[in-house]
Amino acid sequence: MSRAQPEQQAPPVQRLRVRYAKRGRMRFTSHRDFSRAFERALVRARVPMAYSSGFNPHPRISYAGASPTGSASEAEYLEIGLAQVLDPADVARTLAGSLPPGLDVVEVADVATARTGGLTELLQASRWRVETDLPVTTARAGVTDFLALESVPVERMTKKGLRTFDCRTAVLHLEVEDAEVDAAGRPGSTLDLLLRHTVPSVRPDDVLTGIRSCSSLPLPDRVLLTRLAQGPLTPAEDGLEDPLSAAPAPG
Amino acid sequence: MTASLFPRLEPRLSSVSKPIQYVGGELNSTVKDWDCAPEGEETVRWSLMYPDAYEVGLPNQGVQILYEVLNERDWILAERTYAVWPDMEAVMREEQIPQFTVDGHRAVRDFDVLGISFATELGYTNMLNALDLAGIALHAVDRGEDEPIVLGGGHAAFNPEPVADFIDAAVLGDGEQAVLLISDVIREWKGEGRPGGREELLRRLAMLGSVYVPRFYDVTYGEDGAIEAVVPNRPGIPYRVTKHTLMDLDAWPYPAKPLVPLAETVHERFSVEIFRGCTRGCRFCQAGMITRPVRERSISTIGAMVENGIRASGFEEVGLLSLSSADHTEIGEMATDLADRYEGTNVSLSLPSTRVDAFNITLANEFSRNGRRSGLTFAPEGGSERMRKVINKMVSVDDLIDTVATAYSHGWRQVKLYFMCGLPTETDEDVLEIAELAKRVIATGREVSGRNDIRCTVSIGGFVPKPHTPFQWAQQLDHETTDERLRKLREDVRADKKYARAIGFRYHDGRPGIVEGLLSRGDRRVGKVIEESWRAGGRFDGWSEHFSYDRWAAAAEVGLAGTGVDLDWYTTRGREQDEVLPWDHLDSGLDKDWLWSDWEDALAAGEDPDGPAGEVEDCRWTPCYDCGVCPEMGTDIQIGPTGQRLLPLAVV
Repeated sequence: MSRAQPEQQAPPVQRLRVRYAKRGRMRFTSHRDFSRAFERALVRARVPMAYSSGFNPHPRISYAGASPTGSASEAEYLEIGLAQVLDPADVARTLAGSLPPGLDVVEVADVATARTGGLTELLQASRWRVETDLPVTTARAGVTDFLALESVPVERMTKKGLRTFDCRTAVLHLEVEDAEVDAAGRPGSTLDLLLRHTVPSVRPDDVLTGIRSCSSLPLPDRVLLTRLAQGPLTPAEDGLEDPLSAAPAPG
Repeated sequence: MTASLFPRLEPRLSSVSKPIQYVGGELNSTVKDWDCAPEGEETVRWSLMYPDAYEVGLPNQGVQILYEVLNERDWILAERTYAVWPDMEAVMREEQIPQFTVDGHRAVRDFDVLGISFATELGYTNMLNALDLAGIALHAVDRGEDEPIVLGGGHAAFNPEPVADFIDAAVLGDGEQAVLLISDVIREWKGEGRPGGREELLRRLAMLGSVYVPRFYDVTYGEDGAIEAVVPNRPGIPYRVTKHTLMDLDAWPYPAKPLVPLAETVHERFSVEIFRGCTRGCRFCQAGMITRPVRERSISTIGAMVENGIRASGFEEVGLLSLSSADHTEIGEMATDLADRYEGTNVSLSLPSTRVDAFNITLANEFSRNGRRSGLTFAPEGGSERMRKVINKMVSVDDLIDTVATAYSHGWRQVKLYFMCGLPTETDEDVLEIAELAKRVIATGREVSGRNDIRCTVSIGGFVPKPHTPFQWAQQLDHETTDERLRKLREDVRADKKYARAIGFRYHDGRPGIVEGLLSRGDRRVGKVIEESWRAGGRFDGWSEHFSYDRWAAAAEVGLAGTGVDLDWYTTRGREQDEVLPWDHLDSGLDKDWLWSDWEDALAAGEDPDGPAGEVEDCRWTPCYDCGVCPEMGTDIQIGPTGQRLLPLAVV
């Protein structure tokens, strides 16, 4: 008996980009946890997925730059390939009903009408909210010391071992907000951080580590990281554009 | 009212491994108000524990079924709790966070009942750890009025004597109805203002007949160390506690709302139990003995459960569970109709346990129609024909070879074979025959398929004698001999260059089996050993990286000091017919005289494999052989065929 070649699968007829949020306790889902949950949600929602070819066909899903386990996010992105053309708003609705609360679909957009460029290419930087229990004045002093430097090396344990890299250059904007209590009324400070996606990637916790290495900032007891937005940088590199916004009309 | 512990847990979650296992929020999980009962009525609250890690405990069918059955009542609240890993335990002890449920993050100590499902005895130390973390008194006698009733269930609860010091009660048998009966008793007692305190509640539970309350029985020991008598110590308490049997499984189609975890777990599939019980009569098999009689679900119910489960969970793999799934009277129709229904989708079906003699290629083809050919697994259990007669699993070598030949000629490349080592009367030769069998399997596979990439994996488990089986009197093989036999077997296979690379070996050393043997057939004196082992750091004994034989051996030395009995006495010692066994007062329905004569038949078959000690056949298709269960329990076999077929699903 000869080994049969696997059946070739038809290419997707529509590609959709999904923006989703990781809220509340769901911030503890790892990327692997999320992808499993998402694939099951697609089955429950009966989304007609296109499949990859091969002996073990997989639904066509590409993920872009997942946030670290433990950090919340309002702006995670992925792309799915469908075997049928559907209204993106319908897909958003059925998917939202099939995911556990806290893993929330925010927006679904058709790639055909989106701005040009691959998803990974479009996601050039992230805006983070970093909430800590440190007083505003303490945090401001640390940030000032940090911003005065041109490069701040930090170490982090990665899958490839302990690595040292610069965490300063990727920081496009960093500011301590005036508010002295968080949304839950607890005293502390909130940092607004615009971070360019680089290789190796600099994470917001690396920036905190960097600030502590060059200032007298104490170790916070409580840190909550939330990715607020991701997207292409504005021409002045001081803000983000919406990666799902429709392509500008030609001319 | 009890507050959520989550705000105290949350800041530390990023510091532990796989934090998602502690946050709950699974699809189809339920969080109810603490006072969920209608106005003016009592709420009964259960925390359900599977005493192992979340990744093992979450998929457990028993817990999922009880969770759903209980939560369907508007006056009952049920939440789940699992064993926490050592890194989380350290955080909890440091922050003084008690054992919590993953649903509402409520303290386990605040519930009315802590129900613990014991699928295996190796969860006992995890139970002690959970009690300690929960702030519940370790010993049942020390528990105060505000502490939960600690209630054991599951197969290991058919001999709960080793944990008799720690549990308040044990339920014998099927749980679906039993938990509701227990809830009724608790509701009534609470509604009356808790007359007589927990002692009275336990008395009322004991009067149900299926609930065993160890403190109401006194155990005395003779000079030889064996039990002299087990006697109720107060009026009205039944001499024997009988198991609960659920009839008409079609009326209980659970789980209907399967829990879908975010974390990765050991079984990433939806399972439907197609029947409960087994009367094949394998003498080593506790599950087959204590779950009699066979009760099938009908093909229509199974079809509906499969469809509902896929829709509700999003799982694409469906397991049709039972103790021997190919024995269902409508398995052929089920396989064809389900394969028709899900043709062209990614839904795959699997039969987790199939007997060699019930296997047929049509069935196997239907189950792999969508193109996925996972390996086939068979469990001859005994390496030699003599051994298979001793255990009453009469599969001939020729049957096995024919079966695998068919499989290999139809495109399967991989066959897994399960065996046991250390069975009664076993010798080195019996085990070495496993090698011959595996080689024949490969040779046949190569011949019929004309290919060289044929594989056979041999998995071997150590035999542990279990209560309520004909082998309950058997000597357990010491771990040194077990290891030596397995070493010889491995050498034998490796020595044959023609086959060595095609045969994979999976086995564990014999020492965990000895501890399991102690906990399986132990009596109340073993409680001290368990406590000692836990105090010495014992946790997660089912995990080889956490299990320590030396810790258990040392705990047995200390715990059994002064009793005149030791680890060997419980494990490698054979029992006589007139010995009072620790579980004799717990009635699985099996007639002890029948068990003994079956044990004698086993030994006779071992002496003379071709002699008159014949096979015990299956009462589903031959006359009743008087095991005692049906008349004792007032039950009957419930099997098809119903003659019904599954209709294609309407396309939505």
